[in-house]
Amino acid sequence: MSEVETAVITKVTRQTEQHEADNKTLFGFWVYLMTDCVLFASLFATFAVLHSNTFGGPTAHSLFSLPYALAETLILLVSSFTCGLMILSAQNKAKRLVLIWLGITFILGAAFLTLEIREFSDFVSRGDSWRRSGFLSSYFTLVATHGLHITMGLLWILTMGYQVLKRGLTRITIRQLTLMSLFWHFLDLIWIFIFSVVYLISGGLNI
Amino acid sequence: MFGSLFGRFNQGNVFPDSKITASAAIGIVVLIVVVLSLITITRRWKWLWNEWLTTTNHKKIGVMYIIVAIVMLLRGASDAAMVRLQQATSVGVHHGFMSASMFQQVVSAHGTIMIFFAAMGLMFGLINLVLPLQIGTRDVAFPFVNATSFWLFAAGALLINVSLGLGDFSGAGWLAYPPLSELKYSPTTGVDYWIWSLQIAGIGSLMSGINFITTIMKERARGMSLMKMPLFSWSVLGSMLLVAFAFPILTVTLTLLALDRTLGMHFFTAGGGGNAMMYVNLIWAWGHPEVYILVLPAFGIFSEVVSTFSSKRLFGYKSMVWAIMAITVLSYSVWLHHFFTMGASSNVNAVFGIATMLIAIPTGVKIFNWLFTMYRGRIRFASPMIWFMGFVFLFTMGGVAGVLLAVPAIDFQLHNSLFLVAHFHTMIVSGVLFGYFAGLTYWFPKVFGYRLNERLGKYAAYLWIVGFVLAFGPLYILGLMGATRRLDHYSAATGWHVMFIAAGIGGAVIACGIGVQIIQVIYSYLKRDSTRDITGDPWNARSLEWSTASPAPFYNFAALPVVSSRDAFWEMKHAKKRPEIPELEPLHLPKNTPAGLFIATFAFLFGFGMIWHLWWLALIGVLGIIMTVLIRVTSGEHEETISVKQLKEVEASLTNWRDYA
Repeated sequence: MSEVETAVITKVTRQTEQHEADNKTLFGFWVYLMTDCVLFASLFATFAVLHSNTFGGPTAHSLFSLPYALAETLILLVSSFTCGLMILSAQNKAKRLVLIWLGITFILGAAFLTLEIREFSDFVSRGDSWRRSGFLSSYFTLVATHGLHITMGLLWILTMGYQVLKRGLTRITIRQLTLMSLFWHFLDLIWIFIFSVVYLISGGLNI
Repeated sequence: MFGSLFGRFNQGNVFPDSKITASAAIGIVVLIVVVLSLITITRRWKWLWNEWLTTTNHKKIGVMYIIVAIVMLLRGASDAAMVRLQQATSVGVHHGFMSASMFQQVVSAHGTIMIFFAAMGLMFGLINLVLPLQIGTRDVAFPFVNATSFWLFAAGALLINVSLGLGDFSGAGWLAYPPLSELKYSPTTGVDYWIWSLQIAGIGSLMSGINFITTIMKERARGMSLMKMPLFSWSVLGSMLLVAFAFPILTVTLTLLALDRTLGMHFFTAGGGGNAMMYVNLIWAWGHPEVYILVLPAFGIFSEVVSTFSSKRLFGYKSMVWAIMAITVLSYSVWLHHFFTMGASSNVNAVFGIATMLIAIPTGVKIFNWLFTMYRGRIRFASPMIWFMGFVFLFTMGGVAGVLLAVPAIDFQLHNSLFLVAHFHTMIVSGVLFGYFAGLTYWFPKVFGYRLNERLGKYAAYLWIVGFVLAFGPLYILGLMGATRRLDHYSAATGWHVMFIAAGIGGAVIACGIGVQIIQVIYSYLKRDSTRDITGDPWNARSLEWSTASPAPFYNFAALPVVSSRDAFWEMKHAKKRPEIPELEPLHLPKNTPAGLFIATFAFLFGFGMIWHLWWLALIGVLGIIMTVLIRVTSGEHEETISVKQLKEVEASLTNWRDYA
């Protein structure tokens, strides 16, 4: 075998290895998302058990404002859409577009988080904090756990912006962008459940 | 204002008032100082840092897991010895050497440490050592995550031992049921130590679970389809699936309890709209699968051991795989049998009772398959087989006791009694611990290059088996006589004293067994030249880990093996035509990194801050973890290349079965 041939073969095996590494990371990340799913499932279960334990405090029906929650939902849904556009641009190697969509996703995510924190502080200032009742403990914990994930997601978006600026769209940054967008869509999905279970069923229909 | 900087240290009673606890704490500090000075005197810091503390190699991580787990096993065993001594002496007018509150702490610490830090540590240690070798790969899927998992485990273990010297430990039992574990009834740091040491170690376990699932699904040797995978690997897959689905529940449960205690929430409080039974449901929705997380790998080990030492193919491979998967699924459907007395309707109890009995079927299948494997085999009674014999005998008995307890009506009589304690110790000690001991003996040469002394190993096994029957046989009887668990004192009129003394003698026999094991390790090390394994296959075994040299080189296989059947290595050895040694290629292996160690250090600071209400320290911990992760993910290349020349040099210094065939 000539040296050129050996070099070519080595390069090809290296590429296969890298492809396998991408595949492996994606698989591992999916497994992680499933474990996070179980985590949220446990929190939903506690909410389901405690949602009527108001202990003389406010009920879900008297507390929540459906239009407010709907606004939060729409903002997060749009951010999921822009995150999808970001991935499309990444596949087309359009670095500027990737940065723009990342920025817009970040702003929408931050807006969602601000609304959530405003809602929380509003409840607390009225004396309806997590100390008030079992229902409020489970509400704050479930929604804030999602909020904490969103915060981590925002941090991740910032990191990715820095990475794309510094390194451009390499194999590794595209892989990380893919994982990040998976995470973001996952949080969107969880929020749909929170919106349905906490705000619609428990809050709106007053069951 | 300034006072809040010191959190709970302002409240006084920081140091233990019991002389026993204090001397244990001082002992640990002295031990640590001695070890650190030995490292400094022998100038081993650089070596320790480069070879161990920053390693991402699965075998070294496995060895570190096992070292921490054995230290914790000795700690848990001392707790057990104290419990036995107290119960043998604290009767009638005599009171034992421990106060009631200290006794409760010791019992709680024993359970917590044995499950989370001894059994889990040995399990992850063995999986780390063996799994990548057995499926023919060079490392786990995510070596850095693996190192982080280990260090989180070690941080949790350290945190739980800090409770000996600063503050106290939980006295609320190994699962800390509320409302007793709530702030109102347990106002000191004890329960917080319990929560945060488990939380930190638990996150590490969860990450390991994800890591090993990915390793098994994506990293198997070419040609090794799932149904050609050795049974130990199958059992690890079942166990890790359980980890991935059960540990998030533990994370949530511990968090909710911590929120109750620190932020005044009302998840499990007696008032305020809390629901204590929800805690019990949640903790057992994790806790029951946890039992199978521990025992499945032990089943896997026995499958390897029995087939190797019977020199026979495992009987009923497919049914073994199905049994593992059936147990994996069923173990989620039985958690309620831990609290039949909750007050659920008799129909609910009946469903869970029947589901529990169903688990006996796949387990029975496994027992019979092992026995059929031995039937007409050429059996060698090496010490792993002695552990296996003890296991079959005791585990089957304990299992029958378990089926008995699965009948709700009987459980109403026996729950919270020593009968239950005897039952689950039979399952965990003879099932889990004997399995891990067999595994340690079996794979020891693959890691260290020499065998453990067989004679001492057999003595240890016999002492453990006899000691176990003596220590726990009386507990079954005491349970039937009405003795409840966690008793620090009882009346002489109960007539239990003789049985408790017998149990104490059994405990002493087990202690002798542990002593023999310690001597065995030292003796085997001193005599290592006479038991050196130069073939890489000291037991005439069947799976891939034995096809490489002992100790396995850091890259495991110079060329990755290709598999065409079950018992791949056995087929390789007995093939008419020797496989050619393929041409070597440069390898890409993960670089060392201290990031895992740093993350765990910050996690430790975070946990300590949360326990002592040092909020600034907790914040430093969180920010430190985030910074370390950010630096890690934004830094460049994490792999290094081993050239063919380097590879050939290492290979030339090794010998394996090919040279001796």
